[in-house]
Amino acid sequence: MTFRQRTIPYWLLAPGLLWLVIFFVVPMYYMGELSLKTGTVQTGYELTWAFSNYSDAISQYSEQFIRSFWYAGVATFFCLLIGYPLAYAIAFKAGRWKNLMLFAVVAPFFTTYLIRTIAWKTILDDSSPVVSVIEFLGLAPQGHVLATSGAVIAGLTYNFLPFMVLPLFTALERLDRRLLEAGKDLYASTFQTFWRITLPLTMPGIIAGILLTFIPAAGDYVNATFLGGTSQSMIGNVIQSKYLVVTDYSEAAALSFTLMAIILVALLVYIKFAGTSALMGEEEEAR
Amino acid sequence: MDLDIADGEFFTMLGPSGCGKTTTLRMIAGFEQPTTGKVLIDGTDVAGQPAFKRPTNTVFQSYALFPHMTLEENVGFGLKRKKVPKDEIKTRVATELERVGLSREAKRKPNQLSGGQQQRVALARALVNLPKVLLLDEPLGALDLKLRKGLQVQLKQIQRDVGITFVYVTHDQEEALTMSDRIAVMNEGRIEQCDDPETVYERPTTTFVAGFIGVSNLMPAVASGPGEVRIEDGPSVPTPDAARFSSGERCYAVVRPEKLDVDLPENSPTDQPGVDGVVESSLYLGTATQMAVRVAEDVSMTVLCPNVSEEERQSLPGAGARVRLSWLPEHMHLVAESDADKAAADSKPTETVTEGVN
Repeated sequence: MTFRQRTIPYWLLAPGLLWLVIFFVVPMYYMGELSLKTGTVQTGYELTWAFSNYSDAISQYSEQFIRSFWYAGVATFFCLLIGYPLAYAIAFKAGRWKNLMLFAVVAPFFTTYLIRTIAWKTILDDSSPVVSVIEFLGLAPQGHVLATSGAVIAGLTYNFLPFMVLPLFTALERLDRRLLEAGKDLYASTFQTFWRITLPLTMPGIIAGILLTFIPAAGDYVNATFLGGTSQSMIGNVIQSKYLVVTDYSEAAALSFTLMAIILVALLVYIKFAGTSALMGEEEEAR
Repeated sequence: MDLDIADGEFFTMLGPSGCGKTTTLRMIAGFEQPTTGKVLIDGTDVAGQPAFKRPTNTVFQSYALFPHMTLEENVGFGLKRKKVPKDEIKTRVATELERVGLSREAKRKPNQLSGGQQQRVALARALVNLPKVLLLDEPLGALDLKLRKGLQVQLKQIQRDVGITFVYVTHDQEEALTMSDRIAVMNEGRIEQCDDPETVYERPTTTFVAGFIGVSNLMPAVASGPGEVRIEDGPSVPTPDAARFSSGERCYAVVRPEKLDVDLPENSPTDQPGVDGVVESSLYLGTATQMAVRVAEDVSMTVLCPNVSEEERQSLPGAGARVRLSWLPEHMHLVAESDADKAAADSKPTETVTEGVN
């Protein structure tokens, strides 16, 4: 190999690396530094190694942290519950409607996230027929749906459902149908075939879907802003108001870093538990 | 289609792709249900039953091993579903892996094995359940020639040992001839002939069978009386086969390449039936010399002359020589034109081209 051939891979990597450095590494560094400073926008900030920013973040906003993970967890669970059968139906049963159904899953992206969430505000408004039905069924003990945990979780579930369905669809679509026949041939009923073969072999898709849904849902504040009340605020709302309303940049940076750290730790535990091979989809790569 | 397969038989369905052999197999397995008719296994009609309730197991062409399970788990899968006690599963799985020579790989995953090994696991996974019928869908199709030959012998050996009925699907005529007790030659959803390998090869009943198995050496002919047939543009020759056709009926005379003698006309035995022709080409194959001899405008016969001695080989007539092909009366057989071939001959020539595509 000539010098030129050897260096080509690095040149190909360069634009991506440059992008990452400018828009990820550098901002992360500044935000990390900011989270350890004290001061105000007016007087300027000074690096004082103020780790109290972090202890304050956790002690003052533990309620919002817990609520964020709770909401994100429940929403992810519902996404999986709705998404798996949907992805299964699209991959296995849709036939010539497959592309149309996939398009329907992605179609909401043609409207802005904000608009879609505000639309839910109308759907869940006290005067909407949907709410009348919910109330009729006795599912709204507070007498309204907006500004409840249920509304925020419903919004999160709706908004992040495509992120669950798409990786699940890919995993199910890739599944070798002959394996299912082999399962049935070896006396496994339809349910057993699903449980022993389909589910384990689509685990990489499930894990990818859970990560893609849970991580952004935990940091989300739009759903809580429009669909929740004051007692439904998530950690995203706190960070947003610290940055844009209170302009307490240090505290906001510390909160952001804490959120990121918790998600990272959770992710590592999860990968350890689920196995990296499942995450990377190695098992599917049978020669 | 009516098919009767005996207990403990190695039965092969042979035919070009799209002839319905795999569909038939899948109906026995239960992956597809027949719209009408019955599938009887051991006297019980299983038509309509799902695959997991049938006493059959399948070895798939692509093996279809479960990639997330070890070999042991793969082989034990069926027994586990049948709720066989754990200890028994363990011993039976071990015995089966031993049989296919993969005991040391028991803890490995399928993707760590070679194609031949995966094929053996697939066989073990099916056999361990002691099915009443073992279905094999071109199980050796994806392997290279040498490996395939070895596994053919192994497979036949295993079938003799376990005594389970094997229903084997292949498009490889040689594979079918070496392994089977009986062969059903299929074409366009119908069975053309169902006999033991010797009969299928030596006494094909239709032009399709004669052509699909071995080299197609067909001479158009007309039955001209009891014990005699007149070859088109050629002589009348005696044959015991003529009784199957009524006088004046069109048919084809078949003589296998290795049963033909080729001589210069003056040296030809006068007491044997034969036809005159011109040598078109002569190919040295090592064990034999293969000649193409044109006996009529659109009839070319293939002749195989075994290379017994160098001297004899040198004396064979070369390209362009006028020769006489002769054979013993018992080596010629008459076949009827296959319905499918008839249809192809009637339709436009462009369509007859696609007919032979595999």
